[in-house]
Amino acid sequence: MKFINYLEKITGVDIYAMSAFGIFFTIFIVMAIWAFKADRQLLTKINSLPLDNQ
Amino acid sequence: MNENVSLADSPSQPPDMGHKSLQVEQFSYDNKSVQLFAFATIFWSVIGMLAGLLAAVELYYPGANLNLPATTFGRVRPVHTNAVIFAFVGNGIFMGVYYSLQRLCKARMFSDKLSRIHFWGWQTIIVVGAVSLLAGYTSGKEYAELEWPVDIAITFIWVIFGINIFGTILKRRESHLYVAIWFYIATWVTVAMLHIVNSFERPFSWFKSYSWYAGVQDALVQWWYGHNAVAFFLTTPYLGLMYYFLPKAANRPVYSYRLSIIHFWSLIFIYIWAGPHHLLYTALPDWAQSLGVVFSVMLIAPSWGGMLNGLFTLRGAWDKVREDPILKFMVVAVTCYGMATLEGPMLSLKSVNAISHFTDWTIAHVHIGALGWNGFLTFGVLYWILPRIYNTPLYSKKLAGTHFWFGTIGIVLYAVPLYWAGFTQSMMWKSFTEEGQLKYQFLETVTQIIPLYITRSIGGTLYLSGVLIMVYNLYKTVKAGHLVKDEATSAYPLPKAITTHGKEHWHRWIERRPVQMLVLSLVAVAIGGILEMVPTFLIKSNIPTIAAVKPYTPLELQGRDIYIREGCYNCHSQMIRPFRDEVARYGDYSKAGEFVYDHPFQWGSKRTGPDLAREGGKYPDSWHYNHMMDPRIMSPGSIMPNYPWLLSNEIDTASTAAKIRAMQSLGVPYRSGYDALANTDLQTQARGIREQLAKDKIKTAPNAEILAVIAYLQRLGTDIKSVKP
Ligand code: HEC
Repeated sequence: MKFINYLEKITGVDIYAMSAFGIFFTIFIVMAIWAFKADRQLLTKINSLPLDNQ
Repeated sequence: MNENVSLADSPSQPPDMGHKSLQVEQFSYDNKSVQLFAFATIFWSVIGMLAGLLAAVELYYPGANLNLPATTFGRVRPVHTNAVIFAFVGNGIFMGVYYSLQRLCKARMFSDKLSRIHFWGWQTIIVVGAVSLLAGYTSGKEYAELEWPVDIAITFIWVIFGINIFGTILKRRESHLYVAIWFYIATWVTVAMLHIVNSFERPFSWFKSYSWYAGVQDALVQWWYGHNAVAFFLTTPYLGLMYYFLPKAANRPVYSYRLSIIHFWSLIFIYIWAGPHHLLYTALPDWAQSLGVVFSVMLIAPSWGGMLNGLFTLRGAWDKVREDPILKFMVVAVTCYGMATLEGPMLSLKSVNAISHFTDWTIAHVHIGALGWNGFLTFGVLYWILPRIYNTPLYSKKLAGTHFWFGTIGIVLYAVPLYWAGFTQSMMWKSFTEEGQLKYQFLETVTQIIPLYITRSIGGTLYLSGVLIMVYNLYKTVKAGHLVKDEATSAYPLPKAITTHGKEHWHRWIERRPVQMLVLSLVAVAIGGILEMVPTFLIKSNIPTIAAVKPYTPLELQGRDIYIREGCYNCHSQMIRPFRDEVARYGDYSKAGEFVYDHPFQWGSKRTGPDLAREGGKYPDSWHYNHMMDPRIMSPGSIMPNYPWLLSNEIDTASTAAKIRAMQSLGVPYRSGYDALANTDLQTQARGIREQLAKDKIKTAPNAEILAVIAYLQRLGTDIKSVKP
């Protein structure tokens, strides 16, 4: 008896995994682009927030 | 180190939006909550590590449990793991979040009352949890052992915590959200999701339940949970703490803020998918295993990005590190984070996993994370925070340095022997003689590594001694100071409207709306997470059933519940992987269809004892009787605990009907009305076993629990065995 790959037997099961992956990946890309485009001064400012007050 | 403690300092600068008319607001930070959580994390670190030490000693000296049910390994080990994760690290998270969130938002925590409910609620959960685990109330799923009433309480308190942090973020006086806050929020959302999904269970009494899922599904959900609990309880919140307290302690900003953003998004994006690496070579479908491996390997990138970001923050300040014990703790913590996150992906490679899985290698790996990363970062933060909220210097820097060395040597003495033990045992399991026979009995592979277990417990003792030095040091510090309950400060409020000049870029738009972005992205993460789980729910009706696999008889079911109660799964797996040595040692490898009635699954994760998936029919009933009474009668040198109370305790037959009904509601095909008849069948089967035992001159009470345990053990794996002689 072989039980591997039984998930493939549900029709359309991959759509769930694919959409989840799509959502995650889109957010990741958007944020990555943002991080590279963001204003250096702004980043420096945010970066110093912990040191701002005691 | 404490010379620049200033409590009421002047507000830095008015917000940059050009609203000079805004008035400075006076307010205070709540240090009382920080103090409470700090004391709690100290207290539970000692308790949790003592439990760990007891468990470690029991592995070479089983008598250390004094033959009491509550102190046997199977019950102490969950107390240890739950205590260090949810009590020690949990309170550590709350301490750090309550301290840093207020300061990063320039606002007091949203509600003092909620803070207090959060604190006392969490401690109550811990105490009730520990007592119930010792009493044998467990769901039988690792790191999620707590039973359903406690699960509900956890959900409630977690919501309180959420309201408190989101409330604080909403009333903040700083428009930008520092990266640490993003880590905190991701922690909150994901832990909520993990906890709820994994805790679906069907209660059948006021404190006991069966997992909603069965077999393969249960395993998939459990390890999706287990892996992400490591990610989102032990890692993301602590990364938040690193991003706040490391700059604080070093008095310089993080090396690259850009990197920290990438670190955050790639980490939460990738982590979510890596769970199946806990189930390599099991009956889990292949594609899910491969997905787990690929994403686990990808995890190296963000993890190392984060580690380097932390370490580079100290570039040019290494002289400071040599001086300051706080920075020393933090550097080792971050380094251990890097080591553990390099090793993790490595352990996810199928070829490595084939060797490491089920051995002490895993235990060594998690302790690099637990003792090094979580432990040392907590200590660093404690040494940093307590003097500040008590407005006094640390009692002794030298003692903190001593603590550091005890801890570091403790980690080495803990981990190295276990790596060795894991490797040795795995090699012995897989050795064949020239004639093609297994070279070693299982027991030989156990006795071989006993000296390494002893060394490990010495390492643990050293680490715990370091913690005790810290307790003394911090006690002296607190005695000398005075808690500044409400730390006065001031800041400009946020301007009501934000004016913009010129053309807006989309990324500016994002920058202006941190909270909206936050909510949006978290909704997305939640949707993604749920979508990911859907196939798991769908396969319920699609798992191929094996005609020969039948539901447990009432007696076997009772025996299985005793097996769960005693925590046998902490030492025994029930999952034979398709390897030559495992098939030779334990029998035909495990199939998905064999577990369809297993609520919860009991695959286990560690083989301190041999696999039991095909234990049925291997020995006569009397062998099990004697072995459970005292394993050393049948297996000299065994480290399995004695279970003498199983011989005298009576089976709880009053619960049989409710258990059958609960199983029916979960889809186990007992015929309708069977609940009323179940005890009759139970008695009949028990009588049969009693008669078997009587033939070997063993007298048992008619309802002794041992009969149920024997019934269960003799049933294990026989569905398929009987098909193929
Ligand atoms: C501390 C770890 C530990 C715990 C907890 C533990 N065992 Fe064991 N068990 C072992 C070890 C080690 C062996 C191998 C040596 C021996 O036969 O005693 C073993 C062997 C066995 C065997 C014999 C397996 C074989 O095929 O030879 C059975 C059956 C068994 N255990 C059942 C149980 C049950 C049931 C429980 C819970 C009530 C339990 N064990 C709890 C460590 C443990």
